[in-house]
Amino acid sequence: MAAVLTGTDALRVPVIARPADDASIAPRLDRIWETRKGLLGTLSSVDHKTIGKRYLVTAFLFLLIGGLEAAVMRAQLARPNETLLSPEQYNQLFTMHGVTMIFLYALPVLSGFSNFLWPLMLGSRDMAFPRLNAFSYWLFLLAGIFLYVSFPIGRAPDAGWFNYVPYSSLQYNPGINIDVYALGMVLLGLSTTVGSINFVVTLIRTRAPGMSINRVPILVWGTLTASVGNLFAVPAVSLAFLMLWMDRRFGSHFFDVAGGGQPLLWQHLFWMFGHPWVYAVVLPAMGIVSDGLPTFCRRPLVGYTAVALATVTTMVLGFGVWVHHMFATGLPPISLSFFSAASFVIVIPSAVAVFAWIATIWTGRPQFTTPFLFFAGFIVVFVIGGVSGFMTAAVPVDTQLTDTYFVVAHLHYVLIGINVFPVAGGIHYWFPKFTGRMMGERLGKWSFWIMFIGFNLGFFPMHIAGLLGMPRRIYTYPSGLGWDSVNLVISIGAYVFALGVLLFVINVWRSARHGARAGENPWDAPSLEWATPSPPPAYNFAVIPTVASRYPLWEDRLTGHQGHSSTSQGMLLDNGRETIGTSALDAVPDVILRMPGDSFAPLLLSIALAIAFAGMLIHSWWLFGIAAFISAIASIAWLWPEARLGQTTEIVRDRA
Amino acid sequence: MRRLSLAVALALPIAASAATPMSYLRTFGPAGDPGTALGYGLGIVSIVVMVVVTVLVLAGIYRKRPRPASARELTVSRDEGGLPWIYIGVGVSTLVLIACAVWTMLTVAAVAMPAHAAGLTLQVNAAQWWWNVRYRNAEPLQVFDAPNEIHIPVGRPVRIELTSSDVIHSFWIPQLAGKMDVIPGQTNVTWLQADRPGVYRGQCGEYCGVQHAHMSMYVVADAPEDYAAWAARQRAPASSTVAAALVGGQQAFVRNCGACHAVRGTGAGGILGPDLTHLKSRRTIAAGMLPNTPGNLSAWIANAQALKPGCRMPTMALSGPELSAIVAYLDTLH
Repeated sequence: MAAVLTGTDALRVPVIARPADDASIAPRLDRIWETRKGLLGTLSSVDHKTIGKRYLVTAFLFLLIGGLEAAVMRAQLARPNETLLSPEQYNQLFTMHGVTMIFLYALPVLSGFSNFLWPLMLGSRDMAFPRLNAFSYWLFLLAGIFLYVSFPIGRAPDAGWFNYVPYSSLQYNPGINIDVYALGMVLLGLSTTVGSINFVVTLIRTRAPGMSINRVPILVWGTLTASVGNLFAVPAVSLAFLMLWMDRRFGSHFFDVAGGGQPLLWQHLFWMFGHPWVYAVVLPAMGIVSDGLPTFCRRPLVGYTAVALATVTTMVLGFGVWVHHMFATGLPPISLSFFSAASFVIVIPSAVAVFAWIATIWTGRPQFTTPFLFFAGFIVVFVIGGVSGFMTAAVPVDTQLTDTYFVVAHLHYVLIGINVFPVAGGIHYWFPKFTGRMMGERLGKWSFWIMFIGFNLGFFPMHIAGLLGMPRRIYTYPSGLGWDSVNLVISIGAYVFALGVLLFVINVWRSARHGARAGENPWDAPSLEWATPSPPPAYNFAVIPTVASRYPLWEDRLTGHQGHSSTSQGMLLDNGRETIGTSALDAVPDVILRMPGDSFAPLLLSIALAIAFAGMLIHSWWLFGIAAFISAIASIAWLWPEARLGQTTEIVRDRA
Repeated sequence: MRRLSLAVALALPIAASAATPMSYLRTFGPAGDPGTALGYGLGIVSIVVMVVVTVLVLAGIYRKRPRPASARELTVSRDEGGLPWIYIGVGVSTLVLIACAVWTMLTVAAVAMPAHAAGLTLQVNAAQWWWNVRYRNAEPLQVFDAPNEIHIPVGRPVRIELTSSDVIHSFWIPQLAGKMDVIPGQTNVTWLQADRPGVYRGQCGEYCGVQHAHMSMYVVADAPEDYAAWAARQRAPASSTVAAALVGGQQAFVRNCGACHAVRGTGAGGILGPDLTHLKSRRTIAAGMLPNTPGNLSAWIANAQALKPGCRMPTMALSGPELSAIVAYLDTLH
């Protein structure tokens, strides 16, 4: 953890340096910050850039797994009465597809971007809690594996990603599958929670001097909002899954009707989490567009303040609309009306963002790069996903639409349209920072057009299937209901989309090896991360930058700001791993933060926790006990006070 | 000519609705119609928004611009401009949203209850994976069960009370009304009214397990007098005396099937599966899955698990003659 120095050391005034004048600075910082080579370095690294890339790659692997599951399902649904899959297999596939995409891809991929980019965008040398950052990643990876542990034996979770009781109760769903889901979600919830805390504190504490709250990039606003939202939302679902597990294995009756329990309690708890979660997986992605689009329109984002406030407003309102997932559960019309109205209101902040993007394009000068195509294409699919959501906000319309393919279309326009498209654009955009190389433009454009056409060909007709009354989550359907040809089109479109994703992956693979070398700022972009070399060194910035405006690298061409941002001269901070702590709103430097070095403790703790959960899963209490003991050891090792972090009083005396 | 085109315009959705029996693009009663109208309204708004945004994005991209001196040149010299887009766009959107919200509230009120009190109350009980329908009556002896195929008098509101004997299901007859979930431990109430005689298909709308895909049903709306005649027939028990040739079949049925299925008037009184007293009066078997033909019936009895894997109907260990005898007996249950 970052340690705040007390005593005389806190009065140390940082040395101001110009790295251009002193060739010894870079090698010295390298020695301080670089992770050692080899396997041990890999397992102990706390470098936010390494962790960010791991998040991105892992999330993408899960995306491919979830995509394969979808491909098999679309083969089953391409024709009526198809028997490629048994109902049990289909139900496990659609459940794992949802779980994988929503929990193991959508948020983790955005955490990848934010982990990699935040310190670079904010002018810091690392996240506030580097070890917590590593812990969050390892736990995510292990929770992902945990959720798949019963898949190979043909007993994967099969009650859908929202896992309604009583179908998911022991009586109707005996076996290990639902326990895997319940415990896996609690484990994953720990990862999400510590990751969110890290983002919030990083924003509050580790911005470069002058990076006041109204100058941070919109991606930062998006991830901050999502993180705060998660801190309030995740406890609801962790609680729900814990209660379900206790109902199943310890005979409690939270949801059991026979014991006085209430099935609707599950739905309330799940959607109190579920709906804010939807915003958590789109707001940072919208931030990617808000930051990337202006670069390719050659002007700042129109309405920065409005977009930032709209981001926060969306999440606040997002906590007041969960019942729109429950319009058909028999709640009284008056409460339905309230949640219906709230669901209409939440469209307004989205409209702010849409018109800001349109205005940015209109008043700018578009450059037809691959990321621009992804961002501009995103606006169109965002609006389609938005208006279908607007239709489901109306109770009497929703009671028809809900649980049909119309909703399947809607949620894929939201999750693919608002998450995958910005992510693909964002990877093209920041690839130089990730790897030091440019993505191939030619293949990039091909992959965009194939993805865009395949996506709309595959998912737009799902609206039609829904309007023709096709329920979701059916493993087959008879012919004669008018669903045959539309399903064939959907399957073909889905495979075209998959081909586009494949081309994208090939492009990433090839470009990472053979792409053209990128300079510091190949797109002539305005924000701070582009002031570092591509890829950035372990210490990010040789000196802590100072920031004077929202667009530090466009200051030579924009007027209206006082002073100049600087990355060439600033605080050196080379007395061990250090970065500067600043005040929450105005980013006035007030403390030197000492950052911890690489450590095995996060990995060890993650493994011990995963084993403890495995012990709970198989009711092996001795295994649980041993793992809990190792967890305690790992926590103590992690938190052991270190002299060089100023966590023991002796060292302060020594220095004095 | 005008009348002809009007007739065509009216006939097309009806023809289409016959080909797409689950489509709620056209509904046939006051429980569904206001929501359908609202759906068209919101759909049109949605399409207009989609088109406008797409046109603005494309026009924004391709509109003519002065050539910049260099690629580095920005289009503005200060971080400002463009805000009227947000003011106007969000302003117009807000007005449209308020109008849609008001329309929604009015529609919620319009479909919450029928205009007249319902004369007929049905208790629909959902179970994995079929529907029991109990026709309520103040006279206990007049109450009867007739599963998986609901009959209602045309033009009259019908109250539906929904219960579940296991997990959550959702009661949904798209061309008559939206969904109402069926939740164990509570009784949800909805209503239906068919303004046109006909057969309407319904299907479970909430994922409920392995055979969620095959949990459908039909609603048959008849003229009130036809409905009354149907109800009188259903109320009656099956004849307890059967032709000599069928006695063996009846006994085999009671012995093999009577623990789960009832045929009123015989020794078969099971309640775990659908009541079969008037099996042959129904259009389908296996909860709307198969046409009710002797061939399908014997295939179903012989190996239900092959047709509907995981369903609660076990595979019966019946000899060939036993099976034929049972099917022959069931064939008399009109």
